[in-house]
Amino acid sequence: MADVKMIATRESYGNALAELGKVNPNVVVLDADLAGATKTGVFKKAFPERFFDCGIAESNMVGIAAGLSTTGKIPFASSFAMFAAGRAFEQIRNSVGYPHLNVKICASHAGISVGEDGASHQCNEDIALMRTIPGMVVINPADDVEAKAAIFAAAEYVGPVYVRLGRLAVPVINDESTYKFELGKGVTMREGKDVTIIATGLMVARALDAAQQLAADGIDARVINIHTIKPIDKEIIVKAAKETGLIITAEEHNVIGGLYSAVTEVTSQEAPCKVVPVAVMDTFGKSGPAKELLEVFGLNAATIVEKVKANLK
Amino acid sequence: MDKQFLQTKALEVRKSIVTAVHAAKSGHPGGSLSLADTLTYLYFYKMNVDPKNPKMENRDRFVLSKGHTAPALYSVLAEKGFFDKAELLKLRKTGAMLQGHPDMKGTPGVDMSTGSLGQGISTAVGMALGGKISNAEYTVYTALGDGEIQEGQVWEAAMAAAHYKLDNLVAVVDNNNLQIDGEVDKVMSVYPIVDKFESFGWNVTTCDAHDFDSIHAAFEKTNEKNGKPWVIVQKSVKGKGVSFMENLASWHGTAPNDEQYAQAMADLEAIGKELEAE
Repeated sequence: MADVKMIATRESYGNALAELGKVNPNVVVLDADLAGATKTGVFKKAFPERFFDCGIAESNMVGIAAGLSTTGKIPFASSFAMFAAGRAFEQIRNSVGYPHLNVKICASHAGISVGEDGASHQCNEDIALMRTIPGMVVINPADDVEAKAAIFAAAEYVGPVYVRLGRLAVPVINDESTYKFELGKGVTMREGKDVTIIATGLMVARALDAAQQLAADGIDARVINIHTIKPIDKEIIVKAAKETGLIITAEEHNVIGGLYSAVTEVTSQEAPCKVVPVAVMDTFGKSGPAKELLEVFGLNAATIVEKVKANLK
Repeated sequence: MDKQFLQTKALEVRKSIVTAVHAAKSGHPGGSLSLADTLTYLYFYKMNVDPKNPKMENRDRFVLSKGHTAPALYSVLAEKGFFDKAELLKLRKTGAMLQGHPDMKGTPGVDMSTGSLGQGISTAVGMALGGKISNAEYTVYTALGDGEIQEGQVWEAAMAAAHYKLDNLVAVVDNNNLQIDGEVDKVMSVYPIVDKFESFGWNVTTCDAHDFDSIHAAFEKTNEKNGKPWVIVQKSVKGKGVSFMENLASWHGTAPNDEQYAQAMADLEAIGKELEAE
């Protein structure tokens, strides 16, 4: 594992935007005084005339993005997840979601892996908030390759999209030369017949680690990456439920309203089976180095392995 | 500007507002009536719009930031021919095109979905910014309530409009000094409105919202492009034209009953007779 490249999906975002700016002149980027952190600064440097700082005023930024989209622009509006999905929730709901405008909300610093800034900045609720808006696409990429591809896919898709990005450098698990992003399609990262681990975001790499550890104990775990949480890939979930009978979900998000909820909404109707969450268990975050926090909150391979073993009959 | 033509149109708009809200048995007549003349002026004189081509690329845009006064916008759009006036009688009803607050997806001529106060002006800023980026010729107009400017987002938008030198943006603050809970200065004072916008870097002018000469003079000023957005603070009368609704906060969000409706239409007919006599 020593050779694995580590990169934060916010970096991927900035780089993807700069690439996108070259091929799509309608792309404009908005930020709320966080261009250095969200990495929209990469786009700003390349295309200063298409970058608009809105200052520390996220609600207004979302409204401006909505207005811009009606004039044929493709606005990417960024802030931290807490202030985009959180603070500006109602603006996203009413000025973007309700009129189904072509606005891309790309929020970095999601989840507890924000680290030292602590609970006020650790948004574990964004997937839940964004997922409840009718017509909103919600994407949570797992690594650099997927994040870049997701940004291009978001630009191509006509309609509102929320993309969740992280601050922490995470392992690159996809092969750029063969990777293809399909909106709304889950990805089977590893085949398995005993149990399915359905993961999203940075938990995908950890789910793969868990599967490897389980294999050593003779447990054959399937790993599915759900990068598009809405619309969710029902087919891949139902198939997993029917074929493996046990699902563990893994997400860096509150257990309420995120991936666990989205998966159980599918299984409860279409293929009832036991679904066990690995998530932030309805609590606020804490300050500390991101990697340590992920351990403290149990968002690691060890917890996934433990949940599998405890629930596998 | 043909003043008498606009007065006649505005009267029809007022009748439509009262008729639609009466038929809906709910809605916001007070603030719709206070904005009726300005909207008539915009759609029948000032704005470059085509009811046959509501999405025309170079059209002027209008955002009703005070979205609850949708009956005024709908009545003007119907009068202008964006859709059949018969739709007004279905306002707010199940399955109807005309929603309680403006829905750009469903209603021709509505440039932005609004209703949650404070949000419309931000979208208007975005439209104006889009126009600047594309070197488009259009102007973006938006109307806010005076109570609405209590929303912090309005001032975020005001800051951004000045910062980005959006002189293709014209806002109207409909200053009837009444909001749901009473007089604006008693609920939460927004005054002095003119000074506030000036200090935010806007060009500010004022007008009498029920005098077309005054409205015209104010909007003519906004033709001057000097790198600053424009705001017109218009002194208006909530419920204007319907005797028993004028200057009463209670007519913010109440529909007239049958008897009140008959009285309202009689009031408006009387104004029509006066106009004919002039």
